[in-house]
Amino acid sequence: MDLAFSPADEAFRAEVREWLHAHVPRAPLPSLETEEGFAAHRAWEAELAADRWSVVNWPSRYGGRDSGLLRWLLFEEEYWAADAPGRVGQNGIQLLAPTLLDHGTEEQRARILPPMACGEVIWAQAWSEPEAGSDLASLRARAVRTDGGWLLTGQKTWSSRAAFADRAFGLFRSDPDAARPHQGLTYLMFSLRAPGVTVRPIARLDGKPAFAELFLDEVFVPDEDVIGEPGRGWRIAMATAGNERGLMLRSPGRFLASARRLEELWRRLGRPASARDRVADALIGARAYQLFTYAAASRLLDGEEAGPESSLNKVFWSELDLALHETALDLLGPEGEMADTDWAERYVFALAGPLYAGTNEIQRDIIAERLLGLPKGRR
Amino acid sequence: MRFLLDAEQRAFAASLDALLTAADTPAVIRDWSRGDHASGRALWSRVADTGVFALAVPEAYEGLGPRPVELAVAFVELGRHAVPGPLVETVTAAVLLTGADPGTAERLLPGLASGEPMATVATKGAHALDGDAAALRISWEPGRIRLSPGHGPVRPSLDPARRLTPLLPGGDLLAIPADQALTWARLATAAQALGVGLALLGRTVGYVGQRTQFGVPVGSFQAVKHRLADARIALEFARPLLFGAALTMEPADVAAAKVAACEAAYGTARTALQLHGAIGYTAEYDLSLWLTKARALRTTWGDPGECRALVVSAAGDRRW
Ligand SMILES: Cc1cc2nc3c(=O)[nH]c(=O)nc-3n(C[C@H](O)[C@H](O)[C@H](O)COP(=O)(O)OP(=O)(O)OC[C@H]3O[C@@H](n4cnc5c(N)ncnc54)[C@H](O)[C@@H]3O)c2cc1C
Repeated sequence: MDLAFSPADEAFRAEVREWLHAHVPRAPLPSLETEEGFAAHRAWEAELAADRWSVVNWPSRYGGRDSGLLRWLLFEEEYWAADAPGRVGQNGIQLLAPTLLDHGTEEQRARILPPMACGEVIWAQAWSEPEAGSDLASLRARAVRTDGGWLLTGQKTWSSRAAFADRAFGLFRSDPDAARPHQGLTYLMFSLRAPGVTVRPIARLDGKPAFAELFLDEVFVPDEDVIGEPGRGWRIAMATAGNERGLMLRSPGRFLASARRLEELWRRLGRPASARDRVADALIGARAYQLFTYAAASRLLDGEEAGPESSLNKVFWSELDLALHETALDLLGPEGEMADTDWAERYVFALAGPLYAGTNEIQRDIIAERLLGLPKGRR
Repeated sequence: MRFLLDAEQRAFAASLDALLTAADTPAVIRDWSRGDHASGRALWSRVADTGVFALAVPEAYEGLGPRPVELAVAFVELGRHAVPGPLVETVTAAVLLTGADPGTAERLLPGLASGEPMATVATKGAHALDGDAAALRISWEPGRIRLSPGHGPVRPSLDPARRLTPLLPGGDLLAIPADQALTWARLATAAQALGVGLALLGRTVGYVGQRTQFGVPVGSFQAVKHRLADARIALEFARPLLFGAALTMEPADVAAAKVAACEAAYGTARTALQLHGAIGYTAEYDLSLWLTKARALRTTWGDPGECRALVVSAAGDRRW
């Protein structure tokens, strides 16, 4: 058991740090939830990709560095510590790409991954529907067989940044007569600019317009944009969900950086005693998450599968993030009410943590039933 | 970087677990609580034979240490089985004496490494755990330690298995203590608390799976499941803090581990009591042996406030 990184890993870390020091924009970019900010962040993805820092753990033939899991973690620690911009490409990079690497065809990988890596094509996740949130398997949007492909019809909603994104991936009901709701679903990719697609932006709590709902009316998708076998979409999508809850979506570097920023704020304000314990708990939580991830990564490197453990991550990071940002706003006092600060924007984002990527109630059910072995009950 | 217990460490945990499972610790704990130390001493010497106390003693004094990771492994198991006695204090005494003059260290440490005698330690003004059972009683004042000549009357703890005794003043001066002793005391306590929490969770999951009300197991109710899920989350995230701290032995890391493990264990104790219903509230049901310990460990060797203060005050030497 050890926590020491090899000299080669430390050299990698130093290289990342140096690059970020030279490239991270001095002034923060505008919010990526706005059109202007989306474009600025897209340009940042291109800048990252130009020196092959946008997807370090991917195979090099798709634009990565074959860095492996540990170096990816180190990269993320440095990235967030440097206060580098949020990743506008993250839905594609962290949700779709791992799915394609595991379940896609070589043709799909070669066609889809390189433009994703440099921000040329930005992806949205089109899973949720108005009547299918937590009960995702009850989704109704249809995929109907046609010559050389499928026709998609229905409505998707709560799609992050879909107002400005280029393409989307989601599940569609291709066999309405299947015996169970989880069967007869097909996992497909489609263009948000294709004929038949209408994108309606939905303002979030803070009024920012990048969230969207999608209306699909006989949108044609060619066969090469089906992921895996038609009708077998559920299993593939659930593998993605593991990524979404697990360590890929929310790397520990992010929370460590936020906790350190919170601690700095607390010191700058004269170390108010009333918040000391909450600041300490933010630091302790962020460190716990980092070390938990190191242990999880060690297990993955030993060849173990990431199972329902990712539900532990999800509840932990989302609650940590929220507690941390609530503490910051409380420390700021009346100043914390101002909406145009970094803290406020991050707070609004943190508020959604317990909702997306599977609500925390659903994650607790998974923990109780699959990790603790409690009897299934009526939902 | 490979942040996982190795096969040898896991085997050590498994062998202690097997030894303690076979030992009927609830009966031992109840004897101990009455001041009848015979079964507890017998168990203690079997635990000592596995080398637990030697892990804190340097090889120069017939120990195996210092090996904080293995010590944490062992104390998780001791907590899981709620083993009574001045376990943490014996380790703390050993670390304190590592800083003493070589003559004293040579005279006392080999014994502590072998688990005989039991030792206890009290900081100035505090009560020592099990001063009536320990033969080596150390009063710890800032910068120096003394061998106390005896102990005062036993005061009951909220945890009946923890017998609290004042130490008599005076006694031989034993020179300079090692300043790492408090860190070891906290590490061992954090590990013990994690074990206590894991036992409480395991027993409660078992109970709600078989207790039925309204015609179904109470464990099928979502309110019940979610409390247990939260307990599992808290314990699972305390564990890496514990082992991370054992690797660095930085005071702030160990303080963080102590807060997280003790809060997780105490939260789990509250959940365990609630989900057992009235039977959990009785002294005769074994759950109580863990419930009360979770409360006591929270405040011993640094309460949550003290430990949190250390975490935020250590920004300079904290490497995270
Ligand atoms: C900021 C944000 C970004 C998002 N981005 C995306 C995206 O990019 N793509 C996408 O597809 N979706 C996205 N979502 C949608 C998200 O996945 C859903 O909100 C989520 O799955 C919950 O569904 P729902 O909102 O319909 O709530 P509902 O399922 O209607 O749930 C309402 C409440 O009831 C609770 N509940 C429901 N069922 C149970 C149960 N069995 N037991 C206990 N409690 C239950 C829920 O936990 C919740 O508290 C996003 C959501 C947010 C807030």
